[in-house]
Amino acid sequence: MHILQQILFVAALAVAAWFVTKRVKLIARAINLGRPEDRTDNPGERWRTTLLVAFGQKKMFTNLLVGVMHFVIYAGFIIINLEILEIILDGILGTHRLFAPYITPIYPFLINVFEVLAFGVLAVCVVFLTRRFVARVSRLQAERHRELRGFSIPDATIILTAEIILMIAFLTWNASDSVLRDRGVGYYGDLQGVVPDFLISQYLKPLFAGFSDTALVAYERVSWWLHILGILAFAVYVTYSKHLHIALGFPNVYFSDLQPKGEMQNMPAVTKEVQLMLGLPVTTEPDGSQANDNGMQPAEATSGESTPDEIGRFGAKDVYDLKWINLMNAYSCTECGRCTAACPANITGKKLSPRKIMMDTRDRLEEIQRGWQTNGVDYKDEKSLLGDYITAEELNACTTCQACINACPININPLDIILQLRRYRVMEESQAPASWNAMFSNIENNMAPWKFSPSDRFNWAEMVNEK
Amino acid sequence: MTTEKTYTVPTMADMMAAGDEPEVLFWVGCAGSFDDRYKRVTVAFVRILNHVGIKFAVLGPEEACTGDPARRAGNEFLFQMQAMSNIQVLNGYNVKKIVTACPHCFNTLKNEYPELGGNYEVIHHSTFLQGLIDEGRIRVKDGQSFKGRKITFHDSCYLGRANKIYEAPREVLAALDADLVEMKRVKANGLCCGAGGGQYFKEPEPGNKDVNVERVQEALATGADTIAVSCPFCMTMMSDGVKNQNREDSVRVYDISELIAQGEGL
Ligand code: SF4
Ligand code: SF4
Repeated sequence: MHILQQILFVAALAVAAWFVTKRVKLIARAINLGRPEDRTDNPGERWRTTLLVAFGQKKMFTNLLVGVMHFVIYAGFIIINLEILEIILDGILGTHRLFAPYITPIYPFLINVFEVLAFGVLAVCVVFLTRRFVARVSRLQAERHRELRGFSIPDATIILTAEIILMIAFLTWNASDSVLRDRGVGYYGDLQGVVPDFLISQYLKPLFAGFSDTALVAYERVSWWLHILGILAFAVYVTYSKHLHIALGFPNVYFSDLQPKGEMQNMPAVTKEVQLMLGLPVTTEPDGSQANDNGMQPAEATSGESTPDEIGRFGAKDVYDLKWINLMNAYSCTECGRCTAACPANITGKKLSPRKIMMDTRDRLEEIQRGWQTNGVDYKDEKSLLGDYITAEELNACTTCQACINACPININPLDIILQLRRYRVMEESQAPASWNAMFSNIENNMAPWKFSPSDRFNWAEMVNEK
Repeated sequence: MTTEKTYTVPTMADMMAAGDEPEVLFWVGCAGSFDDRYKRVTVAFVRILNHVGIKFAVLGPEEACTGDPARRAGNEFLFQMQAMSNIQVLNGYNVKKIVTACPHCFNTLKNEYPELGGNYEVIHHSTFLQGLIDEGRIRVKDGQSFKGRKITFHDSCYLGRANKIYEAPREVLAALDADLVEMKRVKANGLCCGAGGGQYFKEPEPGNKDVNVERVQEALATGADTIAVSCPFCMTMMSDGVKNQNREDSVRVYDISELIAQGEGL
């Protein structure tokens, strides 16, 4: 019996590991489609940001109550993982509460902490479901936000419900286990005097008082299996879900932008041309590299993968033209909509939604992934992020106010993607709105965005002594 | 009034010809040079500079658009053309320190010019005015005109979120001894006026309302009779919003430097 369970357990573990590895590789490959960019500068500041924003969840606390609730789930997730170590070892070795006899004094303390957290997670998941479906928090409603019409809401519901089931399984498992121990059944009885009742599950024990020993053992086994299989399934599921942020949130914050939010990234390739046009000496990059952050696809990096006319593209048309960090951003996005709730364009009913920009980028990447899986890894399709996913109307509505960047709890930058797509529209397709073209030509000819004569620029000085 | 003060606006070219150098270059910006309403802000700031005896100069006709709207609309070529010619002019005059009233010029000069060879100490006029107040060089007279008046401050994206300047304009307003009231969305959470990123130069995309209307409604909800701004685009957007709400008789939009100039009787 034991041996059979052990074999099944190892098999389940192996299957989960195989799926997760496969997914991780696929996602890593998708992120690597992006242009190279160095995000390893300034490690001190990066670690500081990671500690505050990722580990410390600083930006979650702008909404205190939600911050606290999210922190419970987050702490529960991190700490309950320690407990999973014991479960996995028990599963492989066929033991029961392996650690208990070795760390007797702290064992009950640890389990009590886990139980309290499990209960907390359970409660918070119930509140979160309520916020979505009863209190109907606006940024989480599909009627108001078209980007949520697909998989987003089922995804969130599955995750929250799964967490509730997992936590119930964990707590009732402890309860049934305690009853079996009290009754001295089999190896459960061995823990009499070693493991006491636990903080939360002790109140669940009466539920099991009427169970026969056999039924109780069956319940204990089933809930144990449900808990661990649930966790393994969750680990696989997460790689398909916005819940990937539990893993990618950390590197995503570490590699996030350090420059001021208002600074738009330079395009050295343009600098060179402008210097030639103005008859200035052509300067090389301070770091000597032209391959990075120049807004163009370096020919070397894409050789063999793209046709010649795609080399040297200004701005971004598709995910290949974006930077890898933009793509990691897309996989890290939680679809929480804090960006969209802060976006002036979205608030006033325009089509632009920064959350949608991130979700579109991810959807496009997943479409490419599916293409790889059905047609081989060199597969390319005819679609692109701009046009097939994101429209000009959305792009043009952005005021570049950076509210989205400020609001994102994990430092995602939707604006960066918007600006790169705008560059493509304007520089490659000459598709700026007519009034922008007028503004451009005014700047070009009159040195101001309006049609005034440059020689009138200093006329205001006549006013300084007027009353 | 017989003892009228006279104010002067020296240009860099004049200074250079005289073998002199200013303490600081005042970057006026396109709106400050051409927009009828905003020219009054330029004038107010110049009067303050004169009043406290700061040695400053402007580029005058040699100034050109920083290129901010072009860059944010996606026209990187045009931006860099503007940037590099401006940098040539600025470096030609050996400019070290720049003050400007426009957060867009400020952001571009401060954060985006260095990579193209333009390295200057760039100060927004809110920070500059705060410095003058801290040094005691501006002392608003016992605030007769401001006592009891409710003022609300609208954060500009390119001053606030972009460059984390939230306190300076508020401290400038605090010097007026008025009653500073805050809107619901302020500082890092402030709502855009709707003009940035090139929006000022085109019609907004279709929606339920314009961004400036949303923002002005929020400002009016504070009960303030004065909306203080520190950006030319915010100035226009807020003024239009006030008109849209038919409140132009009771609610005024001023730049912080105009309020200081008023307080100083300049
Ligand atoms: S930067 Fe653009 S997308 Fe982001 S909040 Fe502002 S308007 Fe919305
Ligand atoms: S970009 Fe950030 S704020 Fe916006 S939905 Fe994704 S995680 Fe939330």
